[in-house]
Amino acid sequence: MTTAAPLTTTPVSKSETKKLSAAATAKNRLTSPWASLAAVVIAVLWTIPTFGLLISSFRPEMAIKRTGWWTFFSDPEVTLDNYRAVFDDGGINLADFFLNSLVITIPSVVIPLCLASLAAYAFAWMNFPGKNVLFIAIFALQIVPLQVTLVPLLQLYVKAELNNTFWTLWLSHSTFALPLAIYLLHNFIKEVPASLIEAARIDGAGHVSIFFKVLLPLLTPALAAFGIFQFLWVWNDLLVSLTFAGSPEISPMTVQLSNLSGTRGTAWHLLSAGAFVSIVVPVTVFLLLQRYFVRGLLAGSVKG
Amino acid sequence: MFTTASTTSDKILQMFAAILLFAAAVGVILFAASRVSGKRDRAVAALYLLPTVLMLSVGLLYPGVRTIYQSFFDASLSNFIGVDNYTKIFTDAEQLVVLRNTAFWVLVTPFAATGIGLLYAILVDKARMESFAKALIFLPMSISFVAASVIWKFMYEYRPDQRNVEQIGLVNQVIVWLGGKPVQLLIESPLNTFLLIVVMIWIQAGFAMTVLSAAIKAIPDDIIEAARLDGVGPWGMFRFVTLPAIRPAVVVVLTTIAIGTLKVFDIVQTMTGGRFDTNVIANEFYSQSFRSNDKGLGSALAVVLFVLVIPIVVYNIRQLRRSEA
Repeated sequence: MTTAAPLTTTPVSKSETKKLSAAATAKNRLTSPWASLAAVVIAVLWTIPTFGLLISSFRPEMAIKRTGWWTFFSDPEVTLDNYRAVFDDGGINLADFFLNSLVITIPSVVIPLCLASLAAYAFAWMNFPGKNVLFIAIFALQIVPLQVTLVPLLQLYVKAELNNTFWTLWLSHSTFALPLAIYLLHNFIKEVPASLIEAARIDGAGHVSIFFKVLLPLLTPALAAFGIFQFLWVWNDLLVSLTFAGSPEISPMTVQLSNLSGTRGTAWHLLSAGAFVSIVVPVTVFLLLQRYFVRGLLAGSVKG
Repeated sequence: MFTTASTTSDKILQMFAAILLFAAAVGVILFAASRVSGKRDRAVAALYLLPTVLMLSVGLLYPGVRTIYQSFFDASLSNFIGVDNYTKIFTDAEQLVVLRNTAFWVLVTPFAATGIGLLYAILVDKARMESFAKALIFLPMSISFVAASVIWKFMYEYRPDQRNVEQIGLVNQVIVWLGGKPVQLLIESPLNTFLLIVVMIWIQAGFAMTVLSAAIKAIPDDIIEAARLDGVGPWGMFRFVTLPAIRPAVVVVLTTIAIGTLKVFDIVQTMTGGRFDTNVIANEFYSQSFRSNDKGLGSALAVVLFVLVIPIVVYNIRQLRRSEA
């Protein structure tokens, strides 16, 4: 919520190589080889778990069950059977869940972005009574843990006969996203120079055309940052999906993977391949859009 | 359109229908707003805020208040039972384990993740391939907690200590290589709780590193130069220059991770399902509300979670105010 402080995008240090930062000085005196060694050790520790499962996902089922993945290097056996098995129609059918994840995620990103842009614009450039109180109230809603809302929400959905439909997830994810989205977009819109808005107004532009012609093009980085954060949040969510979308017709990959881990906890050939199918999308987003991604993630890290 | 979609084409159609529906709503609002003549901000603002206020009231505010109310009722939500649910949370032996584990999580994770993140940020600062080195640590942040749990469950995998049986989990293999006997890592309590905490640290260290690294790079060069001219050593540089300068960022990181940890659900659910004494509040909330159908107790657990978040947030805001003053 209050991550605003460190959000200031890394001032690309005027890195004159002579001047070293405080940290670099501290590190240098730590006698550099040791510092490098420590960094490498941490990096290796952080990478090995993922690497081990990745290797395993390409090993034959029998090999995974009998020997550790590190024996792969002395006795390499590669197969795509595990990936075939998780997409197999009769078995886990991961393709269906992959589709569900997509169908759940896309509207859950688009809807709050539209609604929050409207609200953020109203807060930033309009005057109306109770503006500050309402803004603070919405801001404060960010700290409400999702858990507090789930039981009554489920009751509401059942009453509205929406239970077991995608609507439960679209509506819930959109609602939960609004406070953060409004806060972020508002901060961004506020930064737009008032003179720009004034000029448009003098030219006779109304609120609608100001929003579309002046603000929207400037807003793109903020929309991208929030959009990516929300995309990953929804794609990776387990709690909301498990609560509202327990039935396999609409549940996303996370639910299926979590179930699989509980019911067939030793089927590592399926678990490993399944995990990597679910990881592919967020990691691709990360690699392609790293800058926006980091910004969005930092800004939204207290959500939920 | 409002039913369960089961075929692929149904699902995709319903998805576009939902997007169109909301787009149309926004269109109607914009159209109405353009009709309202020139200066009357009030009416336009009301239109712009209508969907937001509606969704937040029905989807967050009402359920929140309702949960507090329901926390004073019994399992089926039909009889008022006063504070019995809360008494149970703080006295029942099983619930006390839940509270103890949650305390372990919240006390260990923020400090460990922040410490490792800070150390790594300093170590790779201005090093060659800095952004690659950072990406390695940051990557776990992008994957789901469920996938992270599967990855680590495989690390902790146990095979009985028999001839001809090889370990397939790396942790147990290392234990064997070092001459020990393999351990049922996810069953031994309280060891298992700490092994689950490792997963959270693994995920959050990248977040800590990214924020703190940005803060370190924002320290003005002249401060560092001045300190160096005064002959400040490496430890002094860290203690008296770096740390005070990045203190606000450290507070934000610690509190953010603490709040996230308090609500941790996916890891426990996926790795142990809360069995073997690894349960935490957020998982117990889920089990009570939706598995055991004790909605009263479940609601009370959610309220406890909410109440525990508040002091952390207040501390965060106070520290930020102080650093801005």
